[in-house]
Amino acid sequence: MADDGCGETIRELETFLDNELSDDARAQIQEHLDGCVDCLQAFDFQAELKAVIRLKCRSDEIPPGLLAKIERCFDTDFDGDGIIGERT
Amino acid sequence: MASSDTFAEQAMEYAPQLYSAAMRMTRNQADAEDLVQETYLRGFRGFHTFQQGTNLRAWLFRILTNAFINKYRAKQRRPVETDLADVEDLYLYRRVGSLETSAAGLSAEEQFFDLFTDDEVKQALEDLPENFRLPVILADVEGFSYKEIAEMLDIPIGTVMSRLHRGRKAMQRALYDFAEARGLVEHTPDPVPDG
Repeated sequence: MADDGCGETIRELETFLDNELSDDARAQIQEHLDGCVDCLQAFDFQAELKAVIRLKCRSDEIPPGLLAKIERCFDTDFDGDGIIGERT
Repeated sequence: MASSDTFAEQAMEYAPQLYSAAMRMTRNQADAEDLVQETYLRGFRGFHTFQQGTNLRAWLFRILTNAFINKYRAKQRRPVETDLADVEDLYLYRRVGSLETSAAGLSAEEQFFDLFTDDEVKQALEDLPENFRLPVILADVEGFSYKEIAEMLDIPIGTVMSRLHRGRKAMQRALYDFAEARGLVEHTPDPVPDG
């Protein structure tokens, strides 16, 4: 990568993909990406990786029965003082 | 009182997300179930402190994170603050970014990432030490902002950013190791010596 702002762009890769840049800073990075295939490829790769992590790490089936267990604790008077859900 | 109805009505839809996050945090089903139940119980009891109109999802994840830290940290044998070996930036990209035109006939990144099973990606995340794992779960899996994560973990935003940066690189290295072990990529010697 020739350094026509590539170094600066790659340094902001995560804040860019995390949507944490100001509008101005974001526009600047976007402008660089529009003209730099090397950086764009790296950004696309990391964006895809982030999407894959989100997809694959959120795929757990909630165990049958857990929802019912949760709902039961909304109806339980734990310490018998007539107040539902209180347990102190 | 309608408060239990209101809480249940508003909060139950987040149970699957909370459960997945709890699985990544505790790394086993029994503890994850307990943690989610504990979260709802605490949420139910503290619901009067929740400000209607603010982000209930973030509020619940904050409770989940705190419950995890309080309940499970003591049980862990590993020290809470663990350091990670230094991994170069863009670790995975620098090794497989050119795969498309060379090995395995891959034509796109999507196809490359598809080769990883759900379990491998989960494993790469769950193997991170806790101080790196929590920020990565909250940012990459749950999509919270740096500011929200800083509040949940009670650490400065700069610390959130550096832990994310290092945690993500370590995950990439773990994924690369899986790919190499399965013969998806050819072995390349590590060009960066430790330190």
